[in-house]
Amino acid sequence: MIMEHSRIVRVQGDIIAVPATDIAYGELATVRSRRGVSLAQVIRLRGGEVFLQVFAGSRGVSTGDTVRFLGHPMQVAFGDALLGRIFNGSGEPIDKGPNLHALPRISIGGPSVNPVRRVIPRGFIETRVPMVDVFNPLVESQKLPIFAAAGEPYNELLARIGMRANADVVILGGIGLKHDEYLKFRIAFEQAGVLSRTIMFVHTASDPVVERLLVPDMALAVAEQFGVQGKRVLVLLTDMTSFADALKEIAISMDQVPSNLGYPGSLYSDLASRYEKAVDFDGAGSITILAVTSMPGDDVTHPVPDNTGYITEGQFYLRNGVIEPFGSLSRLKQLVIGKVTRADHGYIMNSMIRLFARSREVEQKLAMGFDKTPDDERYLKYGRLFYERFMDLNVDLGINDALDLGWKTLAECFRPDEVEIKQEFIDKHWPA
Amino acid sequence: MNGPTHGRIVAVNGPLVTCEVDEGREVLQNEVAYVEVGGVRLKSEVIRIRGRQIDLQVFESTTGLKVGDSAEFSGELLAATLGPGMLGMIYDGLQNPLGELENDQGFFLRRGQYLPSLDQKRLWDFEPMVQAGAQVRAGQYLGKVTEGIFPHPIMVPLVLLGTWEVKEIRSAGQYTVNDTVAILKSIDSQTQQEVNVTLKQEWPVKRPMRIYEERLLPDTQLLTQCRLIDIFFPLSEGGTACIPGPFGAGKTVLQQIISRYAETDIVIIVACGERAGEVVETIREFPLLEDPKTGKSLMDRTVIICNTSSMPVAAREASIYTGITLGEYYRQLGLKVLLLADSTSRWAQALRETSARMEEIPGEEAFPAYLESRIAAVYERAGKVRLNTGETGSLTLIGTVSPAGGNFEEPVTQNTLKVVGAFYGLSRARSDQRRYPAIDPLISWSLYIEQMQASLNTRHENWVDLVKKAHNTIFKGNEVRQMMLVVGEEGMGLDDLVVYLKSEIIDAVCLQQDSFDKVDQATSRERQISDFLLLMEMVDHPFVFESKEQAKAQMTHLQNLFFQLKYCPFEGDDYRRYRSEIESILNGKGVSHP
Repeated sequence: MIMEHSRIVRVQGDIIAVPATDIAYGELATVRSRRGVSLAQVIRLRGGEVFLQVFAGSRGVSTGDTVRFLGHPMQVAFGDALLGRIFNGSGEPIDKGPNLHALPRISIGGPSVNPVRRVIPRGFIETRVPMVDVFNPLVESQKLPIFAAAGEPYNELLARIGMRANADVVILGGIGLKHDEYLKFRIAFEQAGVLSRTIMFVHTASDPVVERLLVPDMALAVAEQFGVQGKRVLVLLTDMTSFADALKEIAISMDQVPSNLGYPGSLYSDLASRYEKAVDFDGAGSITILAVTSMPGDDVTHPVPDNTGYITEGQFYLRNGVIEPFGSLSRLKQLVIGKVTRADHGYIMNSMIRLFARSREVEQKLAMGFDKTPDDERYLKYGRLFYERFMDLNVDLGINDALDLGWKTLAECFRPDEVEIKQEFIDKHWPA
Repeated sequence: MNGPTHGRIVAVNGPLVTCEVDEGREVLQNEVAYVEVGGVRLKSEVIRIRGRQIDLQVFESTTGLKVGDSAEFSGELLAATLGPGMLGMIYDGLQNPLGELENDQGFFLRRGQYLPSLDQKRLWDFEPMVQAGAQVRAGQYLGKVTEGIFPHPIMVPLVLLGTWEVKEIRSAGQYTVNDTVAILKSIDSQTQQEVNVTLKQEWPVKRPMRIYEERLLPDTQLLTQCRLIDIFFPLSEGGTACIPGPFGAGKTVLQQIISRYAETDIVIIVACGERAGEVVETIREFPLLEDPKTGKSLMDRTVIICNTSSMPVAAREASIYTGITLGEYYRQLGLKVLLLADSTSRWAQALRETSARMEEIPGEEAFPAYLESRIAAVYERAGKVRLNTGETGSLTLIGTVSPAGGNFEEPVTQNTLKVVGAFYGLSRARSDQRRYPAIDPLISWSLYIEQMQASLNTRHENWVDLVKKAHNTIFKGNEVRQMMLVVGEEGMGLDDLVVYLKSEIIDAVCLQQDSFDKVDQATSRERQISDFLLLMEMVDHPFVFESKEQAKAQMTHLQNLFFQLKYCPFEGDDYRRYRSEIESILNGKGVSHP
């Protein structure tokens, strides 16, 4: 039974309260105001009062507006017909495509996967970005954030990985995305011809704040269904700091005591319940999450990156337009390096990073005014080649080509006895 | 008034649900109640009573609950079920067997599904140990079954008070956990109360199990086979320790290593609010690993309590208590138990979330004011005890802490440090340098080194003094390094440089331990003694060098020999070769040149 109520007794932030009975916690409602119709969700019941967060915001909501309870929690359409489609922050198509009313609907924010039904991940996701594939490979079911200050090309990186990664389905969740960035994603996916395996949930910066909260849940609920069906799903989320900021806004409106810089005490659990959707199902597909976490003030101890770091399985630092080789870490990389990828992978990775660290030291030494030795010259050359061939985000290389290029680069700069690699691999791979 | 108390829901705020009961009905603090939604009963716990208004924390998602829905109070405290069959199990925070849920429910954890914690059908070979007419008290052994590698005594239920007489005892045979094996009769009261004893019993998780003769001073070492801990910051059986560290500093690997190699009878792992992936590694790998002591699978001595970060927050709070109760129970059987709780910060955050919803006045960083006393109460449940049976048992507790921003000045770390006996502080600086385990020797401490002095000195007559000397060398080496950063190596005296080089050798070959190397990942007691004494010969050796270059060259050579030594199997040929090479240098015979 659908019930209408037309007495809003409280408006505070984007939260409204109406007197109503027989309303379920978590239930969805529509609020009809002079600005139009918005979805709202029950977030608290207190006696005869029902508190709702209004997704379109409370601006323009009048005390006489109508609230209509729908009798079910937030749902999203699901089916193969979603592929290639674009939705807004409340799950409505915005791409002028056909409506999806005929599709079954699934609840979002569902229960957690039984840990016993998870398997130790073994799949390698090739992104054709050498700094990822060679040095910190993405493993199926991994959750990895990209930590970056404002102004870094994190969305370009995400788009590139979305276009190239060998996943069955790619789902983009845009949270507080600038409209230009959204268009760039769309154009990039169209031009690469991958739109047909892509689903986009896009909340732009000009959309109501509360709608941000829904984007990760919708994206992950859809991902989960594809995963259960055996698909390998890659979920790209940008930017989770905007998501956390929306949590903060709601918590403050609800008079919750903030714990750190205004964020609610539940920030860790709120982020974890999303990231933990990453999973390798025992006997079905998988969900891998790559998410941007912008770092306010480039500070990794800010509550959002800090809590994220405790949840995720490593992190990429994007600095000065490149993935920083030091500090970036894929905690699961040992599961695939040399096992799924080529046997020389681990040696190339360690050797190249070690030598690159030396080349940075040489640069510093020279910057301090010391003399340049012939050895220094070789390290500088290596550093230059490493940057051009591996770090530059425009480089597009498969893993085996990247490993071969690694051998070539080493051989151009060093002797075999300088690279600390097992002799059997030198014999096999060192370019003549 | 008889029958269970019922209530009616008046408010829902996330997992916090308020309900109203009829005037005059009895409600117990921390009692279990069930709220009903769409035909599913959700377990909850009473956490506040204000007149007729009862606050419940619901252990599952409350979506769909309505004002006016009913709640039923069980009259029982939140309890763990204890008995044979817990070893090798994987439980959630409320002791639901996750492996059984799997058969039942597919990929996802549906709410409101509760299964018995112990296998209901399995038959156990019971042997009686008392005769009818015997007078017994709580915790005394009535008989025993054998569970895997341990005899598992069946005790007089721990909740019973006073003295009881064994009215009947069943003969040897096969019984399930629900079968009665003895009937006890009260002799204290006039009521002639009788109790049926089965193989299983219950204990309220939040109440410490204090059924023993006395608590003993923890004075025996619990060997973890991690050198940095065992030599420099030893842990005792029945002791407590805290491992705080920023993300990426190696907390997880350190815990996994300890859970594998610690010399203890039982290991309980409480994965509290952490990544599911880490538990999966333990779940999938432990059955394949062999316990060197018993030759059986490591899983046979392990219980996993798993309430990972995306599982309901309220049950996360319960998970630590469930783990400790299981630990106390095994201690009651006269066993050595090690409990690893990862991480207590997530547990404290669960307290904080609930406290915020109850609108309590917050303390520091919005944690509740009772954070300190709750943390203290948890760690105080560890300990070594002499049981009423005369045997001893111990429960050792290691908790990790995940401080925000890696800053140890935050409330959870600070309140934990007040109550633990050892502190293993992980440092970002050491993990960045790949010096693992990244326990910082400059800030860590163990109170047990004094407490266990007598037993540690059985390793070597001057063991504790030698350890202090080694520790001192590390401090001095650090001072020298700090100076070197200012004045450069050129500005250093030769003696200082040698101290620094010695401290680097201690660091490289003793403190650092390669957890991915088969030999180095675990060091036995014998090997710790043997290698450390050799190392101290090096520290004590009055090296005479002519120049800094010579000092560096020779000490590097020595460091490499020690380094190779630690990767060689103990007492093997290679080991002996490197060892005699080191000894000949230290004896001044033929100082070799690199």
